[in-house]
Amino acid sequence: MRMTETNEAGLIARILDGEKDLFHELIRPYERMVYLTLFSILKNEADAEDGAQEAMINAYRHLASFRGEAKFSTWLTTIAINEGRKRLRKAKTAAEESIEEEAEGHEGDYTPAPLTDWREIPLEALERKEIREALRGAVAELPDIYRQVFTLRDLEELNVEETAQALGINANVVKVRLHRARILLQKRLVPFLRTTAPPRRWFFGRA
Amino acid sequence: MKLDCKHVWEHISEYIDKTVDANLREDIERHLEHCEICSAILDSTRNILVLTADDRTFELPVGYSKRLHERLAKELESSEKDPKKE
Ligand SMILES: [Zn+2]
Repeated sequence: MRMTETNEAGLIARILDGEKDLFHELIRPYERMVYLTLFSILKNEADAEDGAQEAMINAYRHLASFRGEAKFSTWLTTIAINEGRKRLRKAKTAAEESIEEEAEGHEGDYTPAPLTDWREIPLEALERKEIREALRGAVAELPDIYRQVFTLRDLEELNVEETAQALGINANVVKVRLHRARILLQKRLVPFLRTTAPPRRWFFGRA
Repeated sequence: MKLDCKHVWEHISEYIDKTVDANLREDIERHLEHCEICSAILDSTRNILVLTADDRTFELPVGYSKRLHERLAKELESSEKDPKKE
């Protein structure tokens, strides 16, 4: 689990005082988070790994500028997002860049899909490898702005405020994007779930 | 107030996050008691979130951590000054 903020503040002070090697310890709880953040932006394992390394190095070089106003995890996420965006800009031509400005209100159907056959997803289904693959695929296909919010909120479990801060958007925008991301995923996965065998056990049932 | 399904769907994400106000929450819960469709949608959405948070769904590349710390070790070694003075 994550270190307490007090522990972190202490570690940071010692690193800045010259105990550089403690940086390894400082970032260990966030390795996964930083990678997933980069992956949500770059959608490619090798680029995400490269970006994660670079982001961690940037964090080290700029550690003195961390003032403790934000949580360290949020600060680090912001660095990871900036690194991701920088790489994205490099990879894109100027013409393609306008795609990034995806409008908030872009028309789409954000109503969930009903499951008519049964009410809950069976635990067996959740344990299956295929459903994980289906979910990864569906997340990868989300519009960028939705995938990034979804990744920070539901995968890295940042709260709304932290997500807003890291992405530089306001809290309401976070909520709208998250809602749409979740609904789009629900819709995408329902047809997949319908093809599974009828359940014997229930998970999260509302009996 | 009597909610229709569409209304419930609009708030499903906030309902999951427990950020709807108490009155609306009650209305939604009352609706869920008799509406199979919305209950199923809620359960499936929740399960997707459970699956998302499961470390096995989004895995890190094999050896990622090792390579990261090796790269960091090089960086720490090559930075003569501590980060404060750079
Ligand atoms: Zn309903």
